[in-house]
Amino acid sequence: MRIENHPVLDFERGEKISFFFNDQLVEAYESETIAAALHAAGVRKLGESSEMHRPRGLFCAIGNCSSCFMIVDGQPNMRVCVIKVKQGMCVEEQKGKGVLKP
Amino acid sequence: MLGAKVLLVERDDIPGGQLVKQTHKFFGSEKQYAGDRAIHIAQMLLDNVESNPNIEVWTNSTVLGIYEDGVVTVEHDEKHTKIMPKRVIISTGAAEKFLGFPGNDLPGIYGAGAVQTLMNMNGVKPAERVLMVGAGNIGLIVSYQLKQAGVEVAAVIEGMPTIGGYLVHASKIRRAGIPVLTRHTILEAYGDNKVEGAKIAEIDEKWQPIPGTERDIPCDTICLAVGLSPLTELAWQAGCKMAYIRELSGHVPIVNDDLETTVDGIYCAGDVCGIEEASAAMVEGRLAGINAALSLGYITSEAEELRKNAMDELDELRSGEMGNHIRNGLEKLSGYRT
Repeated sequence: MRIENHPVLDFERGEKISFFFNDQLVEAYESETIAAALHAAGVRKLGESSEMHRPRGLFCAIGNCSSCFMIVDGQPNMRVCVIKVKQGMCVEEQKGKGVLKP
Repeated sequence: MLGAKVLLVERDDIPGGQLVKQTHKFFGSEKQYAGDRAIHIAQMLLDNVESNPNIEVWTNSTVLGIYEDGVVTVEHDEKHTKIMPKRVIISTGAAEKFLGFPGNDLPGIYGAGAVQTLMNMNGVKPAERVLMVGAGNIGLIVSYQLKQAGVEVAAVIEGMPTIGGYLVHASKIRRAGIPVLTRHTILEAYGDNKVEGAKIAEIDEKWQPIPGTERDIPCDTICLAVGLSPLTELAWQAGCKMAYIRELSGHVPIVNDDLETTVDGIYCAGDVCGIEEASAAMVEGRLAGINAALSLGYITSEAEELRKNAMDELDELRSGEMGNHIRNGLEKLSGYRT
């Protein structure tokens, strides 16, 4: 869900683009973060913890806490709350610690 | 302003910290832009920075370390870069505190700052129904902003017997029909893969839940506004002597009146020196900048006056009853100086 009418703020959104979340096409606006686009699309669970496999979502949204790690274009441990979404990007839930791309 | 060249390194893609996402109006003195909304103050500060040819700004750049030989390493343009500044001012701000309760790791448990980022920066509705934990200024202000964004706030709960934030913010919340429940705590969050609700209860003087007062609050988001801790990693790493001061909300670097730490040439300003209001952070930043410039020999006729004005403004901001807490903290801190 996006905010359309706000008493104080006007939102200047970029071009409409689309990217993949777990192979599913999701709409987004250019210049927003992956986490914001996913949240707007109703996605809150971004991955699973490495040992207990508990669901993980974002917490701080400023790249500080590491709760929002996802696999982006094959690379794990990406802080999606500060990484901008791009056309055609491939974003996947991260389960566990992930394997670094060589 | 005094002529020194400045490199401003910012981890985010816009400088301005939390100001850029805060829509409420400041109060206090005109010198700290009372009556203006934080977002407009942020824009004005940014314009000042951008129009000054002596200031270079690196965004999306993270300072990684400050070393004994004066080298500062930065991740800039995805490269590991070394710089050699003559003075360093650390103004890394603060991070939100977390709270221990069963289910506190479920998706949908957000820091109050995260909720502000989602709704005020990204224009994304952060929730349908929120339980706000903490009735300090942040909890109150963000609750009101949620209401403005069309989100229902089920309640604001607060463990203390009284509301911590300013009365003017609390009154706004109450007029909006949001209950503020003091002496209440969250017992647990529940839900399948995401927050679906919370159990709350009243607590006694010993902060223990009172049997029979448990309540179920259906909600899709639990927002934590339970205080901030100074982001002191760089100060620790640089070898600054630190002290634990409860009133300043944690471990803080020991600074002198010039805001210089125990490491020569490293200054600190803002919430990294202890949690205070944004107005004080702005003045501290100015003061640290003036002192760093003075120490480098950028001494002009106006420098001393600017320095005195900044110190007077800080005294004024910390005067009165609301300033007791911070004054006690600074008093304790001064006891650690050698």
